Amino acid sequence: MLNSKIPSGPLDQKWTEFKGHCKLVNPANKRKLEIIIVGTGLAGASAASSLGELGYKVKAFCFQDSPRRAHSIAAQGGINAAKNYQNDGDSVFRLFYDTIKGGDYRAREANVHRLAEVSGNIIDQCVAAGVPFAREYGGLLSNRSFGGTQVQRTFYAAGQTGQQLLIGAYQSLERQVALGNVTMYSRHEMLDIVKIDGKARGIIARNLVTGKLERHFGHAVLLCSGGYGNVFYLSTNAMGSNVTAAWKAHLKGAFFGNPCFTQIHPTCIPVSGDHQSKLTLMSESLRNDGRIWVPKKQNDTRRPNEIPEEERDYYLERRYPAFGNLVPRDVASRAAKERCDAGYGVGTSKQAVYLDYADAIHRYGKGEVNKRNLENVSEEEVIRLGKEVVKEKYGNLFDMYEKITGENPYEVPMRIYPAVHYTMGGLWVDYELMTSVQGLYCLGEANFSDHGANRLGASALMQGLADGYFVIPYTIGNYLADEIMTKAIPTDHPAFVEAEKEVADRINRLMNIKGKQSVESLHKRLGKIMWDKCGMARNEAGLKEAIVEIQALRKEFWSDLRIPGTIEEMNPELDKANRVADFIELGELMCLDALNRRESCGGHFREESQTEEGEAKRNDDEFSYVAAWEYKGEHQWELHKEALNFEVAKPTQRSYK
Amino acid sequence: MSSNTMNLTLKVWKQKNSQDTGHFETYQVKNISDEMSFLEMFDVLNEELIAEGKEPITFDHDCREGICGACSMYIDGKPHGPWLANTTCQLHMRAYKDGDTIVVEPWRANAFPVIKDLMVDRTAFDRIIQAGGYISVNTGNAQDANNLPIEKQLADDSFAAAACIGCGACVAACKNSSAMLFLSAKVSHLALLPQGEPERKIRVTNMLAQMDKEGFGACTNTGACEAVCPKEISLTNISRLNKEYLLAGLTSEK
Repeated sequence: MLNSKIPSGPLDQKWTEFKGHCKLVNPANKRKLEIIIVGTGLAGASAASSLGELGYKVKAFCFQDSPRRAHSIAAQGGINAAKNYQNDGDSVFRLFYDTIKGGDYRAREANVHRLAEVSGNIIDQCVAAGVPFAREYGGLLSNRSFGGTQVQRTFYAAGQTGQQLLIGAYQSLERQVALGNVTMYSRHEMLDIVKIDGKARGIIARNLVTGKLERHFGHAVLLCSGGYGNVFYLSTNAMGSNVTAAWKAHLKGAFFGNPCFTQIHPTCIPVSGDHQSKLTLMSESLRNDGRIWVPKKQNDTRRPNEIPEEERDYYLERRYPAFGNLVPRDVASRAAKERCDAGYGVGTSKQAVYLDYADAIHRYGKGEVNKRNLENVSEEEVIRLGKEVVKEKYGNLFDMYEKITGENPYEVPMRIYPAVHYTMGGLWVDYELMTSVQGLYCLGEANFSDHGANRLGASALMQGLADGYFVIPYTIGNYLADEIMTKAIPTDHPAFVEAEKEVADRINRLMNIKGKQSVESLHKRLGKIMWDKCGMARNEAGLKEAIVEIQALRKEFWSDLRIPGTIEEMNPELDKANRVADFIELGELMCLDALNRRESCGGHFREESQTEEGEAKRNDDEFSYVAAWEYKGEHQWELHKEALNFEVAKPTQRSYK
Repeated sequence: MSSNTMNLTLKVWKQKNSQDTGHFETYQVKNISDEMSFLEMFDVLNEELIAEGKEPITFDHDCREGICGACSMYIDGKPHGPWLANTTCQLHMRAYKDGDTIVVEPWRANAFPVIKDLMVDRTAFDRIIQAGGYISVNTGNAQDANNLPIEKQLADDSFAAAACIGCGACVAACKNSSAMLFLSAKVSHLALLPQGEPERKIRVTNMLAQMDKEGFGACTNTGACEAVCPKEISLTNISRLNKEYLLAGLTSEK
């Protein structure tokens, strides 16, 4: 049933082999083929520009007012590439291996190796397109480290790497718009896939300004619509980030892969109250220099600067001496939760740990003293110099922290706590990024493919751009080469009419509930169920409860929701209702998947499956597979298993000690 | 951290659609925590309005981290409100005290027509980028990234200009509704890099022409844009743009 279409041959030859033999479409035929792209983040914008350059007729859609605002823009820390510019032992193999291991042996080897292979091309392409990465004084590119690796392979632009990469891809996209190869539809939301004879042939989209539904034909449809972290209500995702495009595809036959694999990021600004609408990440790059600690004494109410060195527990350095503060995200998050649950948490909520820059400021200050040949320098001067260096590296992050909390992180340690950040799960795709529906592709965070059960830092940007710039331009030809005789299907085809009617009916149903509760309040309740029972730690009883609670919430949603305003106007409450309705259905599937996977791996921690030291314990004999769920009707799914074969990176107990 | 609450009066611009003339509406909000963000205060108000069966206030917002550039409120006569180098979403209620009255309007500019309430149409910015705000390099054409060293200072200056989030506060602050700071940030970002060199002349010429076509006003160098820019895009960029434009005109082969 599941054919992952992995090319044969040795791992490091598969992609070359594929490229050498895949079908091509000649330029004259490309001009006749139309491609729909939903979402304009790194994956969508890079795919739209690259396919436009190749000569395909592209239509790109985003719900934001401009493609430049897609949430890739908020990625902070960096993008990985196996350039080995630092001469520190990096290679394509190392990046491949780190990613497989970081993902706790739940990703497909062939996909991850391809990702590592093209990683260097991404940096080349971005620099050529004018992305101003950080540079050294010699004019060459600068690197830093991220979690789960022992080399420096992360390229960055201060704490705004995602912004700079997206602006690069956006500019290329706008160039194609100017050339007439791409038509851009902003403030449009995809609300259904149109299938004809088993193949994806278009979408139904809603113009969010007028509220009108539109039909769009495409020979192929690409979903680049991002992750679904907002199912938890509070996450580091943008307010508008949603699962709707992927979920509609799922209901129309695309399998959902590993839905329960969620990344909880260890360094976020803690929740301050019930009014909280979203959470803000403090980049993992801060763990390059910052040290994480809690007091050694439980319920210590002293201010952090009053706690002497010997009474601090640098628990990551203590538990994981080899990787220290740079352990992968899942490990760091669980360790923070463990300390807080045990009563060592700090701040008013006690749900926080310290991220401290005092050491780094001192170290950098000393470095400057050396560099500038200064003598008889006072301690204050060292600190002042050190703060300058830290400001250059992390200034925007420190400013953001101060704006949100009102505290100055140059003077007092930051308080941080884990928060939902990324979803490794997503639509199941084969090696060519095609879902289980013919002609329907899924790229970037929206697919399940490369990060297994835990994503390493600075790898999301890499995957989004790999998929869009360097994978889909090759793989889509392999499908479209057989479609050159297919003429554009008029959108009065019954399949379009029917799909539009379904969408219209659902919107009418939503508007006519006329109940009492707002979308926001119901979304918050879904988030609480998910966070409490399908969050950082999960167990069988909790997951079973969660499923019952979510089903009840769904009934409440469809019987007591209140949406103000009308359909044919700009109506953000209706937009949210459409999205939350899908999140509720997804939440149930996530719990089902978490319940089925009776092992711990990466970000998925089943309390029943842990080592004596409290580390995640995999069960390779039973669960070395991708769980691909097929929708079978309300509350019903069928599980398909894609076995994972590790020919090169042999699974071992992951250790960062 | 201590948490205090306050009661406020809000005067907010309401406008049904681009045809409607629009008007101010007054709202009272109670028990607002000083730890809330400005937009979370609007969330609270909107939830109350929905509960009362009234129309909530429409506004643009997305990342709420000050980077996507969606949020765009003109607060007490200042784009993005009272804090320096800040976006509306990062403004926190610590900035206000109990009993304050706050006036909130959309960006005002002919080139940014109101869609509804506080939400405006900024697609004119996208069209300015389409006129030349890019480097023409198709995917696959790149050489090794380190083959072309770039002086650190140039790269840093280019990055500082590229930090523009395209929010439009510069236009909203300008008495002429000029988009010069936005435009100059993009021209500088690309002109400072060797990769941007081949299209340097045509880029500045075409982008300026597009800005005029969109109905943005002329720049008179008052610096109101720089003062409100959330990313502190410098006025120096405008001088650089003028230099680029002059150079393009003087050395044109056409």
